[in-house]
Amino acid sequence: MTIAVVDYGVGNLFSIYNALEHIEAGPELVTEPEELTGFDGVVVPGVGSFGRCMRQLSRFEASILESLEGGTPILGICVGMQVLFDKSEESPEEGLGWISGDVIRLPDSVLVPQMGWNTLSIKKEVEILEGISDQDFFYFVHSYFCVPKDRSVLAATTDYGTEIAAAVSRENLFALQFHPEKSGQKGLKILDNFVRLTRC
Amino acid sequence: MLARRIIPCLDCDLAVPQGRVVKGIEFKQIRYAGVPWELATRYYREGADEIVFLDITASSDRRETMKSVIRDTAKNVFVPLAVGGGIKTVEDVRGIFKAGADKVTVNTTALKRPDIIGEIAEEYGSQACVVAIDAKRRDDPGRDRISVPTSKGESWFECSFYGGREFSGVDAIAWAMKAEALGAGEILLTSMDRDGTYDGFDLPLTDAVCKRVRIPVIASGGCGNAEHIYEVFSKTGASAALAASIFHYGEWGVDEVKRYLAERGIHVRV
Repeated sequence: MTIAVVDYGVGNLFSIYNALEHIEAGPELVTEPEELTGFDGVVVPGVGSFGRCMRQLSRFEASILESLEGGTPILGICVGMQVLFDKSEESPEEGLGWISGDVIRLPDSVLVPQMGWNTLSIKKEVEILEGISDQDFFYFVHSYFCVPKDRSVLAATTDYGTEIAAAVSRENLFALQFHPEKSGQKGLKILDNFVRLTRC
Repeated sequence: MLARRIIPCLDCDLAVPQGRVVKGIEFKQIRYAGVPWELATRYYREGADEIVFLDITASSDRRETMKSVIRDTAKNVFVPLAVGGGIKTVEDVRGIFKAGADKVTVNTTALKRPDIIGEIAEEYGSQACVVAIDAKRRDDPGRDRISVPTSKGESWFECSFYGGREFSGVDAIAWAMKAEALGAGEILLTSMDRDGTYDGFDLPLTDAVCKRVRIPVIASGGCGNAEHIYEVFSKTGASAALAASIFHYGEWGVDEVKRYLAERGIHVRV
């Protein structure tokens, strides 16, 4: 029972590692693509710019895709969600394109980044959001947001100047714009839901 | 809708093994409040939206103590942790993130070497770089100052550094705007005139900064009760309010403050 946290050299993985350890998910930091085998689930974190994340993540692309196609649950968080899409207004680098759609900048009508706690509007019943309601708050920090072409992937949205994709899911691929590892007990609940999915 | 944040601040004296939380009045008259990780855990359970640790000993030999404070806290606290005080280099910043912090706050070093803001933002993202400004009101408006109407007439605000011991001559409002341009993700704005006084936030100062930047501003200094937080949220664009004494000495729980605000129509996470 182990969860891989892909350590591809951006930002700060301590928080997600610590939260997974707290819920006894057996996290392991994986620094080399060839080591990404035999895990029950894979977490792809991400901070900083889209372009920097993509450049650093590219060497892991094939091995994460292999896990995904093998049915392993994959969870992208924050910029780790955005890189799943085709491209971003933030950087010229192409995204992974596993979910079709673009990543665009938050509207000028609001302070950027969105930084703080916001509620969800749940769009579909998915296991990863089990026990979560529209009244619960989650911690967001981002300047760009994902616009999926196929709205059926939207599991939850949040309202920040416009409708923002907060959670997407498609089969064994999951992604969150907010930080579950920094969202108190409800965030830990979502991580726990993800870990339970990996046991199926 | 995004909630206004309530942030307990723990000023830490790291001269003892686990560190200790202290609180002064107008940056002086220090009083002991508790063990950092224990207080942080209590505030987390009460619903704190974020926790700020400031190392007020701020000398290099205390760094390891701060890292152990962060590590002990991060085991139990699952909201963002911001850490500041005595950060001089990006290497210091790396050590703090490695211990489990999510954001760093820089003050003196940023005033002396503004490039550090961009360096932190490049490596960890803007959201991880908070510029802390300790602002002192000056009632003698000079040239090239951004003047603000206050109870004393027209005033400007000067940035202090070295933990309030020295003054930089820099205009605090202009500095906030420059910090944003350099890549800061947030401004932690402390009124030195109000800090520890329980007289309420400096509303003209907070309002003046909020109107000039497009990044979140954390209002700080002077909070004596929940009414003061209501006031700063209803009269200024502050995204968050930071308080220390009212939480440390048991006058208010974080949960009580939030209920008070929610009952008066302020959108908070409850």
